[in-house]
Amino acid sequence: MSNQILVIIEHLKGNIEDISFEMLGKAREISGSAGAELVALLMGSGVDGMVGQLGIADKVIYVDDTNLAEFNPQAYCKTVSEVVANNQPKMVMIGNTSMGMDIAGGVSVDQNMPFIAYVSGISGDGNTITSSLYGGKMNVDSALSGDGCIVSVIAGSFKADAGRVDGSPNVENASAPDLSGLSIHFKQLIEPEGGDVDITTQEILVSVGRGIQSDENLPMAEELASKLGGAVSCSRPIVDSKWLAKTRQVGKSGLKVKPKLYLTLGISGAPEHIEGMKDADLIIAVNTDPNAPIFDYAHYGVVQDIFDIIPALTDKL
Amino acid sequence: MNILVPIKQVPDLVEELEINASGTDLDREWLKMKLSEFDDHALEEALLIKDDQGANVTAIALASDDIDKALFAAAAKGADKLIKITGVEGSSTHEAAKAMANVIKSMDYDMVLTGVQAVDDRDGQLAVLLAHYLGVPHISVVTGVQASGGSVTVQKEYGGGMVAEFEASTPIVLGIQAARETPRYVPVAKVRRAMRGSTIDEVDAGDLGVSAGSTVSKMYKPDSGGGAEMIDGSAEDQASKIMEILTQKGIK
Repeated sequence: MSNQILVIIEHLKGNIEDISFEMLGKAREISGSAGAELVALLMGSGVDGMVGQLGIADKVIYVDDTNLAEFNPQAYCKTVSEVVANNQPKMVMIGNTSMGMDIAGGVSVDQNMPFIAYVSGISGDGNTITSSLYGGKMNVDSALSGDGCIVSVIAGSFKADAGRVDGSPNVENASAPDLSGLSIHFKQLIEPEGGDVDITTQEILVSVGRGIQSDENLPMAEELASKLGGAVSCSRPIVDSKWLAKTRQVGKSGLKVKPKLYLTLGISGAPEHIEGMKDADLIIAVNTDPNAPIFDYAHYGVVQDIFDIIPALTDKL
Repeated sequence: MNILVPIKQVPDLVEELEINASGTDLDREWLKMKLSEFDDHALEEALLIKDDQGANVTAIALASDDIDKALFAAAAKGADKLIKITGVEGSSTHEAAKAMANVIKSMDYDMVLTGVQAVDDRDGQLAVLLAHYLGVPHISVVTGVQASGGSVTVQKEYGGGMVAEFEASTPIVLGIQAARETPRYVPVAKVRRAMRGSTIDEVDAGDLGVSAGSTVSKMYKPDSGGGAEMIDGSAEDQASKIMEILTQKGIK
């Protein structure tokens, strides 16, 4: 086992995702106190120009292969696994993102390395690793049985600015493992359809969750939003139920918003949702469950039936 | 086409969660369990494929309290076969995935559809671990599956509503984020009929020899110290206070 922290860089359409900088910043903090080497793994085809944004790393391992031009679960998993096998890092940091979820578990099995998922906190010395479980209702600290682990980090857990450092780190060009005979092939990226409202530019969002119970109750929320001069957004279950369009969804697989007011109605606050709204200027949360995790992130909390609050508030506007 | 759907029960988060005396797990004595919502979506997607083009759908679960009910509910919704795996002591996803792999590897299957994640899978998501124990390719965060012959087109969701489309050959393991329809509801009477009309095959997990590689040292509720200032009173009082805050902040 080497004294190395390996951070897997994620990029889409030529842009390095924030999660990569968030992990790099945290990794620098841990490596600083442990005297460890911070290594970033960049995979792709013709993306060596991105190295200049990874100045915080001691070294960048760059794997360039046409099979890695677009994300491919099979090709990326094989490549990360090979780099891990060759470098034996004591910690591998991967985003708990759509791409990361295709990689982390696979490397855990293939390299027989412990895997701790949904990580929202790591102590400065790297020894206490905290996961956010049960929809954000419980934190769990894990104790490793041996050396070395893979962690998948929830986006937004650490500050991206801490890891965003331009520079010219050492680059080690590594070749990809044999990627012939892949059985998964990338076809296309499908851009989201434009919606009637762009929730990322709204200053006021009234956001509804499971607590709204039925699409028949949506007009109440819409009336409140329009009286406040804003729009209605929502959490994942509302889109899965087809009550609102995908373009209204806030969170991990939806959009990231930063309005002046984010008023939640019946949203419990699972980590996937928090990721998309925690930076709003003012968060007011209404939920019947006093233990709902949303209250840990809101500025003001109201334990109340939303069907009592909505009309009371609408009347006053 | 044969579709396997691993399912499991998880604590119902609507209920209040309490921590056990040793501070390392939930107090499970009164815990209300329900089918993991992502597994519900995986089962729904499998049943939709069956409805469209015909398929044999097998629901598979590790033995646990109440799991028979969840399996019979799957049968009531349309699953053709039910399998319960016994002999798994630990609770890690690595062990669950290895047990599933042991049972599944000798079966004839085209696709494994299971939930993309669960609320308690601390050591990783079942789909990807299972795929690697089986040595079969895998795609996670799937919101669309179109199968034809020996190949399958899969939509995988990224952030910001972006979707990547892949084509893959079967067999494949897919971690389902959402079925294309809301999971079907099944009335209790129909589950009762399924209990009388279907059987659960019990299969031993066999040798596992894997572990999470870590244990829970401490479980605690997130620190709400930096949390919300709570507004008390009647709904009317609370609405007035919200208005005051909005005025103060220059929002209204």
